[in-house]
Amino acid sequence: MKVHISATGIHMEADTSTPETAVPSSVPQPKDDFQEELVIRPLHSGDIYASFQFRTLWETDFMRGNKVSHYRLFPKSLGQVISKFSVRELHISFTQGYWRTMQWGQPFLPSPPGAELWVWFQDSVTDVDGTWKELTNVLSGIFCASLNFIDSTNTVQPSASFKPLGIGNVTDHSFLRYATLPREIVCTENLTPWKKLLPCGSKAGLAVLLKSEKLFHSSFHSQAVHIRPVCQDWQCKTTSWELRQTLNVVFDLHTPGQGKREWSLFKMFSRTLTEACPLASSSKIYIDITDNPQGEQFEVSPATPLLSQAMVLGDRRTFSVYDLTQQITFGTVRSLNLLIRWKSRDMLRPLLHGERYVAGYGLQTGEIHTLMYNNHPYRSFPVLLLDSVPWYLRLYIHTLTVASKGKDNKPSYIHYQPSKDRVRPHLLEMLVQLPPNSVTEVTVQFERALLKWTEYTPDPNHGFYVGSSVISSLVPSIVAMDTNSTREQPLFSSFFPCKEESSYFVRVYTEPLLVNLPTPDFSMPYNVICLTCTVVAVGYGSLYNLLTRSFQIDEPSPGLAKRIANIIRKMRGVPPL
Amino acid sequence: MGLLSDPNRRRALISLLTRLNAPICVVCYMAGVAWFMGLAFEPFTLRTYMSENAMGSTMVEERFPAGERALATGREFSAHKKKVGGMPVDWLVKTMQARGLEVFTQRFSRTLPFPDENKERYLVKGTNVYGILRAPRAPRTEALVLSAPCTPGDNNNQAVGLLLGLAQYFRNQVYWAKDIIFLVNEHDLIGMQAWLEGYHHTNTTGMDWSPLQGRGGSIQAALSLELSSDVITSLDLVLEGLNGQLPNLDLANLFYAFCQKIGVLCTIQGKLQRNDWDSVSGYSHSVQTMMLMVMKQASGRPWGDHGLFLRYHIEAATIKGINSFRQYKSDTTTIGRLLEGMYRKLNNLLERLHQSYFFYLMPSLSHFVSIGYYMPAFGLLAVILLTLIKSAPSQMSSPGVLSVLTPLVISHLTGVEVAVEHFPVSETEAVVLTAIAIYTAGLALPHNTHRLLSGEGTEQGWKVLKLVAVLYLAVLLGCTALINFSLGFILALTLVPVAAFVTPHVPKILSAFILVILSPACTLLFSVFFFQELQEMPVSFIDGWMLFLSVISQGILDHSLYGSLVYPLIALLVYPCWLLFWNILFWK
Repeated sequence: MKVHISATGIHMEADTSTPETAVPSSVPQPKDDFQEELVIRPLHSGDIYASFQFRTLWETDFMRGNKVSHYRLFPKSLGQVISKFSVRELHISFTQGYWRTMQWGQPFLPSPPGAELWVWFQDSVTDVDGTWKELTNVLSGIFCASLNFIDSTNTVQPSASFKPLGIGNVTDHSFLRYATLPREIVCTENLTPWKKLLPCGSKAGLAVLLKSEKLFHSSFHSQAVHIRPVCQDWQCKTTSWELRQTLNVVFDLHTPGQGKREWSLFKMFSRTLTEACPLASSSKIYIDITDNPQGEQFEVSPATPLLSQAMVLGDRRTFSVYDLTQQITFGTVRSLNLLIRWKSRDMLRPLLHGERYVAGYGLQTGEIHTLMYNNHPYRSFPVLLLDSVPWYLRLYIHTLTVASKGKDNKPSYIHYQPSKDRVRPHLLEMLVQLPPNSVTEVTVQFERALLKWTEYTPDPNHGFYVGSSVISSLVPSIVAMDTNSTREQPLFSSFFPCKEESSYFVRVYTEPLLVNLPTPDFSMPYNVICLTCTVVAVGYGSLYNLLTRSFQIDEPSPGLAKRIANIIRKMRGVPPL
Repeated sequence: MGLLSDPNRRRALISLLTRLNAPICVVCYMAGVAWFMGLAFEPFTLRTYMSENAMGSTMVEERFPAGERALATGREFSAHKKKVGGMPVDWLVKTMQARGLEVFTQRFSRTLPFPDENKERYLVKGTNVYGILRAPRAPRTEALVLSAPCTPGDNNNQAVGLLLGLAQYFRNQVYWAKDIIFLVNEHDLIGMQAWLEGYHHTNTTGMDWSPLQGRGGSIQAALSLELSSDVITSLDLVLEGLNGQLPNLDLANLFYAFCQKIGVLCTIQGKLQRNDWDSVSGYSHSVQTMMLMVMKQASGRPWGDHGLFLRYHIEAATIKGINSFRQYKSDTTTIGRLLEGMYRKLNNLLERLHQSYFFYLMPSLSHFVSIGYYMPAFGLLAVILLTLIKSAPSQMSSPGVLSVLTPLVISHLTGVEVAVEHFPVSETEAVVLTAIAIYTAGLALPHNTHRLLSGEGTEQGWKVLKLVAVLYLAVLLGCTALINFSLGFILALTLVPVAAFVTPHVPKILSAFILVILSPACTLLFSVFFFQELQEMPVSFIDGWMLFLSVISQGILDHSLYGSLVYPLIALLVYPCWLLFWNILFWK
C-alpha cells in the first residue's frame, strides 16, 4: 500500500514572534488561524460516521482586563464570556441520541445524551458558584438551550474525572463545575447559533453541508464547543486560545434486502462541496480506509492519491485525504461529491464500554446497576467512574458493591459526597481496576423520595432523569504508538493528552436513566380535596369524639335547700336524700 | 353522629339494629347481589373513552404491507422449529440481525416443585431471543415490547412471523422515539418471567437465568401476540394479569379504537359485543362477559404472557387471533396494520399510561364499570359484617384469652400446613390430594381443643370468638376487595352468610352441611363448574372434579413460579377464618 505523507502539516507549531523557531515559514503567520476538517468513517455496523471539526486559534490574552476588543476569526460572544467570567476552560456539548459503543466503536469526542457543561475557572475567581450561575445563564442565551436549569441541585465538582485538557496545572477542583441536563432536546434552534460562531458561517467551506433537515434525520447527532488555552510553540512560553467546534453525526444506512449500498456527500447532506472556507488555512476531508486497504469492503470515488496515517484512540488508522484548498480536488465539474460503496461488513468489539440500568420494581426502592466491560484479552486497566445522582434518589451508600467475575473488587479510591435535599446531588467517584476480559458491576440501592407537589415536573408520570455516569480511563493501545507520527496527526486525534505511550485516553458515557417517582394523581385535585375534607370533617371528627368520650346521663343539679339538707344528713351519718 | 352521642338514642338504635338484625342482613345481601348483577346492564355503565390526550387526538396512518411475507417467515420459522425440535435460536438470531436489530439471547432454567401435568413439564430449560430496534436519536430511556411465545407444536408460528415482519417494517421507519423490543420467549410464562426478572434484575421466584446484555430503558407498554392461523375472524383481548392486576383501561381503549378504525371484529372474553342490551338475551350476554372477567380476575393467574408485566408497572395486554367459522375474515396484513397503529400511538406517549382507570370490569369492550360503581356491591355485603359487630353484646365479661386464642392458633396452624409447599411427594395428584386431606383433617381438629385447655366452653366464650372471627373476616375481605375486587366479592358472597347465621344453637347437621358447602374449597369447586358453564363448555361431574384438582395444582404452581398470592391467601387466611366459624358451630 502506498502511503503518502501529506506535505501540509498543521500550523500549530509555527510562531512568528520567536525567530529561534526552526520552522521555515516564508509567509508571516496571522495572529489567528482557522482550520476545518471532516472525517468520514464507515462503521462496522454499516452506518456512516461523519465528524466535523473547526478550530480557531488566537494568540491573545483575555485575562488582561477588557483590552481585547478587535475580533477577526474568534467569535466575539465567546471571547467576552471568557474574559467576563474568567474562564480557563469551557466544554459544552449538545447531543441527541446515544452513542452505541458496541456497534460503532469509540467516537472521536464522546458526549452524553442531552447537554453537558464543564468549566474550569481561573484561580482568581472568588465566588465560583455565583460566576457559574451567571455563566450558565449567558450560555443559555448564546446556544438557545435550557442551560439556565443548571443550578446547585445538578452541579457537582468531580475530584478526579475531569482534568483540564489545556495547559496549566491547576488541579484544585474547587474551580471546576460539572453539570448535565439529560432531558435537554437538541434541535435546529441549537444548531443555528452554533453555526453562527464559525468565521464563514454556513456560507462556504465544509459548513455548507450542515443542513438541519439532514443532520436531524440521523441516528446520532452531537455538537460541541471546546475552549481551552494551548501552547503557541514547542517551548510553551506563550499561550493562545483554542476554540474547537465539533459536530458528530451518524447516518443510518440500513436498507434491508439489498446487497449493494452506496452513500455520497449529496445523499448524506443534500449538498456537495464546491470550495473551502476562504478564511481557512486548511480545509480537508479524511476518509477512514483502514479496514479497507485493498478496497474489498468499500470503494471511494473519486479516488485520491493523498493518504495519511494517524493514531486515533490507540489504533493506527489510514485516511484518504481530500484537500479542499486545491482546485484539483473538485475536478472538472467544480464540485466534490464523495461516494462510498459498501461490499461487506464485520464486527469489532470495543475495549471498554459501559451500561447502566435501574433494577427492581415498585415505587419505594430500587437499585442502580452500572456495568463496565473490559474486552481486552489479557490486560487489566483502571477506570474512573463518576456518578452524579439527583437528591430525590436517596442512595444507600452502605449497599455499594463492586464486583468483577463474581468476586469483590475493592476500589482503590472512593470520593463520595452525600446529597442534601433540594440543595445538591450525590457525587460518587471511584477508581476501579478492571480485570482483563471481564464485566465489573457496581450496584447501589436507593429510595425514591416523595417530592413536594410543586416540585414535580410538568409531565411527572414520564419519570425523572438521572444523568449518564462517566467512565474515564487510559485504555491500552491496540498497536504500539509511533512516536514520529505527531507532526501529521489530524486534529481529531490530538485532543486528549496521552501520557503513557502505549495507552490512550477514553471517556465512555452510559445511558441516562429514567426513574419513576411516586406521583400523586394531579388530574383530580378537586376530588381529592373534597374527599379528604369530608373524611376529616365528618368521619374522623365524630368518630374520634365517639371513641374518646364516654356518655352518661347527668342528673340535673339539686336545689340549694336539698344540698344543705344533704350536708346536714351527711354529718348525722344518715344516707342523703 | 349526634344520634350516636346521645346515650338514649344510641341505646334505641342498637336495640333496633339487634331486633331487626336478620331482616337487615337479608336485605343488604340481596341488595349487594342485585347491585352487582345490575352492573352489567348497559344503561348503568359508562362508555369507554380515551383519556390519554397523546393517544387520542393524534392521527396515524397504517401502511404495513407485508402480511404475506410475514406468513412465509412464519412457515420458515415453523420448519426450523421442527428441525431443531424446540426454539430455533440460531435462526432467530440470524433473522433478527438481518432485519437490522441488536439481537441478544437469554438462557434460563427452572425446576418445578412438582411436575406440571397440564403442560407436561418438570425440568424446564430454554432460551429467550430478543432484538432491540434502536430508535434514532433516542437516549435509550424508554422502550416498548412486542412479544410472541414460541410454543411447541404448530401453534403460534404466524405470531412469530408477524413479529419478524413488523420488525422489518418498523426498522425502516423514522418516527420511533422509543426503542422497540421484539421478544420471542420459550416456555410461555416461565420464559417471560425469566426475561422480566433478568431485565429488572430481580429474583422473586428462585429461577436461574443468564443476565441480559442489552436493554432499552424503562418499558412503557407491552403487547403479547398469539396467532395460530393465516386468517382470523376476530381478535380477542386478554387483560387479566397476575394477582388480578389489570392494565390501564386506555390500553383496552386503544385496541378497541383501532379495531373499529381498521374494521376487525374484536372480542373480550371471547364474546362479541351485542347491541340489544334491552333484550333478556342481550343482558345475559353482558352478564356472562362480566362474570367471566370476574372469575378470571379472581383466579389471580396471568391469563396470557402479558400478565407478568403488570408487576413491573408496565401496561400490557395479550392479543389473540381467533379463527372460527364466521364469514368475515381478516388477513395478516390487517392485523399487522392494527399493531402498527397501536405501536405508533404508544410511541407518541409522553408519559406512562396513567390517565384512565386501573380498577374496572368490562361487560363489553365498549363499556366499563369503574371502581366507584362496583364497590357499593361489596360495601353492601360488608355492611352485614358491621351490623353483626354492632349488635354484639356490649358488656361482656372477659372469658379468658386462652379459650379464644386456642382456636385461632390451631386453625392458623392448619392453614400453614396446607400452604407449605415442601410436600414430601413429587406427583401432582399426590400434592393436590395431600392438600385436600389436610384441609379435611382440619375440620376435625380445632372444635374440641379449647376444652382440653380451658375446660367447658361458656356462652360468653363463643360470643367473643364470633366477634373476633367476624372482625377478622371484615378486615380480610376489605383488604382483598381493595386489591382484587373479584376475589373479595366471591369470598364475601359465600363467607358473609356463614358469619351471619353461625351460632352453637342452630341445628348441627344441617348447619354443618351448609357450612361445608360454603367453605372455600367448595366455592372453588362451584366456581370451576360455573366457569365452564360461562364458557359454554359444560363438563360432567367427574371431569369437573379432575379440573378442580388441576386448578389446585395450578394455583400452587402459580404461587411458586410467578408469585401469585391467591393460594397462600386462601390457605393462610381465608381457610383459618372459616375454621373459626366451624369451631363456633361445634362449641360446647
